[in-house]
Amino acid sequence: MTEQTTTADQAATTAEQQHFEHLISEDSRVEPRDWMPEAYRKSLTRQVSQHAHSEIIGMQPEANWITRAPSLKRKAVLMAKVQDEAGHGLYLYSAAETLGTPRSVLNEQLLSGKAKYSSIFNYPARTWADMGAIGWLVDGAAICNQVPLCRASYGPYGRAMVRICKEESFHQRQGWEILYELSHGTEAQKQMAQDAVNRFYGPALQMFGPPDADSPNSQQSMQWNIKRFSNDELRQRFVDMIVPQAEALGLTLPDPDLKWNEERGHYDYGQLDWDEFMSVIKGSGPCNVQRMKRRREAHAQGAWVREAAEAYAQRQAREAAEAAAAASATDAEATEEFTVVAGRGSAELIGA
Amino acid sequence: MSENQTGNWPLWEVFVRSSRGLSHVHAGSLHAPDATMAVRNARDLYTRRNEGTSVWVVPADAITASDPDSKGGYFESAQGKSYRHATYYTKSEGVKHL
Repeated sequence: MTEQTTTADQAATTAEQQHFEHLISEDSRVEPRDWMPEAYRKSLTRQVSQHAHSEIIGMQPEANWITRAPSLKRKAVLMAKVQDEAGHGLYLYSAAETLGTPRSVLNEQLLSGKAKYSSIFNYPARTWADMGAIGWLVDGAAICNQVPLCRASYGPYGRAMVRICKEESFHQRQGWEILYELSHGTEAQKQMAQDAVNRFYGPALQMFGPPDADSPNSQQSMQWNIKRFSNDELRQRFVDMIVPQAEALGLTLPDPDLKWNEERGHYDYGQLDWDEFMSVIKGSGPCNVQRMKRRREAHAQGAWVREAAEAYAQRQAREAAEAAAAASATDAEATEEFTVVAGRGSAELIGA
Repeated sequence: MSENQTGNWPLWEVFVRSSRGLSHVHAGSLHAPDATMAVRNARDLYTRRNEGTSVWVVPADAITASDPDSKGGYFESAQGKSYRHATYYTKSEGVKHL
């Protein structure tokens, strides 16, 4: 009996697995209620939630400049951008939740420091020009990474990425424009722009992750059609895009090895500092502690808003219930009156 | 009030009508303590760039879906019935307005 059940279960699992593999081989999409291997679910949950956490933490470097934006227009733009980052985080949490992990758990993983987020946000935004460099290079690298994710095999993730990519292009352009204005301003402004680019170039290139040889999880992600291009392929694509963009800005990229390779048809670029990358991931970046502290504070300081929303919802529900009770009492009275009238009528009829 | 309580707001599925004449389409989900706040939150989250003229929110629990385990089987009866499509009828080729 037990044996039979086990065999039936195995047969079922195999059929489910075949269906999943069929979807992947067809380059079709896996949807939330489909069977999927535990490893696929786990890997995606990690990737999508880390992505969400990055958007949430990513609000900080820019929020830092909202009060000091040089004009009302710049302030409005920056607020819209920071609001977008919050929105992107929420789209992604929504997608991550469809994999079965509740939002409260995901949030707790971020607050406790158990979950990771993109290392780039552990660098400080020192000057106004950093708002430009972050938009152009950081959001630019993010777009380069994210456009192929729109075709990720997991439906909700791909759909969230489509929405996000549409909005990111505004981010990148506004950043480039900040740098353009500065590089066409005074000598000091141009220097400020150059300095920001110098600081963000390397970390932005590292956003694509370690070199392919050191990226053991990538292969599995590519087999599952989550990842479509390797880290180095995407990095190369990004370098090829930003070189002419830097020229158009009249700024240079801080890489002496950066030069056009006729044979490859791509730009060669220099070694990146992977020791620094690893140390920032492990928590020793310039702002890791500050970012986490701020996130915890913001969550704690928002408690009263959540409590107020809850109290409001409860009061609304109570008042609606009371109003409904009052209305049904009135109805009952009306019904009673009607019954009495009808009763009298009946009596009269009976009497007749 | 406890964190647990605030962490457990119900999940609402959000549907957005992008313009008049079109259906509401699923956009994503969000957490909110009640329907009114879910609608406000949905506006801020899913329509920051004129993506919508109308928003619906539905408690995620209230949705009944077809069984995903039945795979294609559930929808099989529609297959193999090509006579339900206009392209099945070919004799009228060359005849106008048919």
